[in-house]
Amino acid sequence: MFDHVQKSYDGEVLVVKDLNLSIARGEFLTMLGPSGSGKTTCLMMLAGFETATHGDILLDGKPINNIPPHKRGIGMVFQNYALFPHMSVGENLSFPLEVRNIGKSEREEKVRRALDMVQMGEFANRRPAQLSGGQQQRIALARALVFEPELVLMDEPLGALDKQLREHMQFEITRLAHDLGITVVYVTHDQTEALTMSDNVAVFEDGRIQQLDAPDKLYEEPMNSFVAQFIGENNTLSGVVQQISGDSCTVKLDSGEVIEANPVNVSAPGERTLVSIRPERVEYNKARLQEGAFTLRAEVLEFIYMGDVFRTRLRVAGRDDFIIKTRNAPDAERLEPGQTIEIGWLPRDCRALDA
Amino acid sequence: MGKLPPYATLGERIWHYAFYVICALIFFFLIFPIIVIIPLSFNALPYFTFTPEMLRLDPAGYSLDHYRDFFTNSDWQKAMWNSIRIAPMATLISVSLGTLAAIGLSQSHVPFRGPIMAVLISPMIVPLIISASGMYFFYSRLGLQGTYWGVVLAHAVLGIPFVIITVTATLVGFDRSLTRAAASMGAGPVRTFFRIQMPLIMPGVISGALFAFITSFDEVVVVLFVGSVSQKTLPWQMFIGLRENISPTILALATILVTLSILLLTTLELLRRRSERLRGLSPQ
Repeated sequence: MFDHVQKSYDGEVLVVKDLNLSIARGEFLTMLGPSGSGKTTCLMMLAGFETATHGDILLDGKPINNIPPHKRGIGMVFQNYALFPHMSVGENLSFPLEVRNIGKSEREEKVRRALDMVQMGEFANRRPAQLSGGQQQRIALARALVFEPELVLMDEPLGALDKQLREHMQFEITRLAHDLGITVVYVTHDQTEALTMSDNVAVFEDGRIQQLDAPDKLYEEPMNSFVAQFIGENNTLSGVVQQISGDSCTVKLDSGEVIEANPVNVSAPGERTLVSIRPERVEYNKARLQEGAFTLRAEVLEFIYMGDVFRTRLRVAGRDDFIIKTRNAPDAERLEPGQTIEIGWLPRDCRALDA
Repeated sequence: MGKLPPYATLGERIWHYAFYVICALIFFFLIFPIIVIIPLSFNALPYFTFTPEMLRLDPAGYSLDHYRDFFTNSDWQKAMWNSIRIAPMATLISVSLGTLAAIGLSQSHVPFRGPIMAVLISPMIVPLIISASGMYFFYSRLGLQGTYWGVVLAHAVLGIPFVIITVTATLVGFDRSLTRAAASMGAGPVRTFFRIQMPLIMPGVISGALFAFITSFDEVVVVLFVGSVSQKTLPWQMFIGLRENISPTILALATILVTLSILLLTTLELLRRRSERLRGLSPQ
């Protein structure tokens, strides 16, 4: 859908650099990234509120660069909901249908159905300001869906809601998207939201897509250190690649230890690398260490009891920000600060990425 | 003003009461000259002073003569109809052009917004007599001098700055994602303007219209230059009335105008508050 798209606001700095992205029909795609990474700009280009400086945006194979926003037929949910304050909820929903010259009775029927869909049936006569944030969110969603667009864009729609409501709405939006078979492009900076809702996630940074993958691949197999750091919690150790052979390599850490790792984003010996290991893939219970695990000595600095998990901060290879997470299982040992332990992980969980 | 706190010093106490006196004086000087014409307009004699009968509240000292004169004298009637024909048309033009200008100038991609704004606001800043004489020579060339449309256009120019200022003020709080939302739902720019933007900036448009109307209805300098006798408006007639035949009919008219103004202002203020309430309900 995006073909070599570039965007610059001032003619000098590219906000979006050479974006290539295609979205399948019925797909739930999330653009995830820190603020200023270009994800919202991409969404606005898709909606037609910003024009691409370079490249084509195609919808169903047809370029839409020169089609004004109101002729694209793309539904949109805004961050601040953008409900019309001078209209009732019913009138808000009816507006896109009026624009399409749909008769009054059919309009009422569609509005009623859309409101029922978000369980807001009895609120048609209220004004937006008389609704809570979550209710306004539902109305905004219903309004974007009421004219049955095939593509719906959502710009951080849950940003203003509290945690519980947000989780509920995440579930509801995914359910609606699947039931209606619509394509959704969703922008967020919340990685949990991205992981739980999407079919595919595009991680944006610095105007580029760093990785586009399904949520589980993104978390378990990050392709570069930005993605590894941005998605979930991550431990990094820096060092130099000593040798590579097939799907394994050895890395000499800055502190002198040599560890075995999975070469993902390194190509030659002598290259600097950041080795990434997920906290929950590190084990200190000898009975649970798997065959072939690599072990290293570590000193316990802090032990935090979090209920379902233990979060332990260790000094490993000269770094004192190494975090491990252990499930609170019946046989899990609680550690004491000052204790020296042996930790281990499987070399394939230890990914050597770009430095 | 609240009550004085118990720890107020002598200086604070004196200031506290002095403040009341100052406020009272301001109100007196603002309102008294307007109030005093109301009883005077019912004077039975053609004078601008209170007669002994009036001061004794003797009914014989009061009459509706001046009102009768206003409504029967053909000069006054013609002037009234001229004003009624000119002011609304000038207001209509001011409001349409002023609102469009304000919307245009509120968009960040418009070049030279500052200078354009300054030019449009200038009729408010340039001394009226200068604008008036300038318009006289300019309109004479165009053949607009001494015509109905000449006066209407001149008054519209004077009214535009008020509309621009009030509408710009309302646009500051306008959420641009609303127009984007309307576009995403398929509404073209024109429909978006009339259905979404216009209702929401209505309070500003109404106050601007009010100012533009009063400006035209009140205006005497420009109309003297640009108009001819057949465009004689009420202020013009009042000006003549003061200069030539000092007649208390002016007072009767003044009373009518004050009453009308108060009614107009109250109605519009109520309307404005109503739409303000709707607008204030916008999220965030």
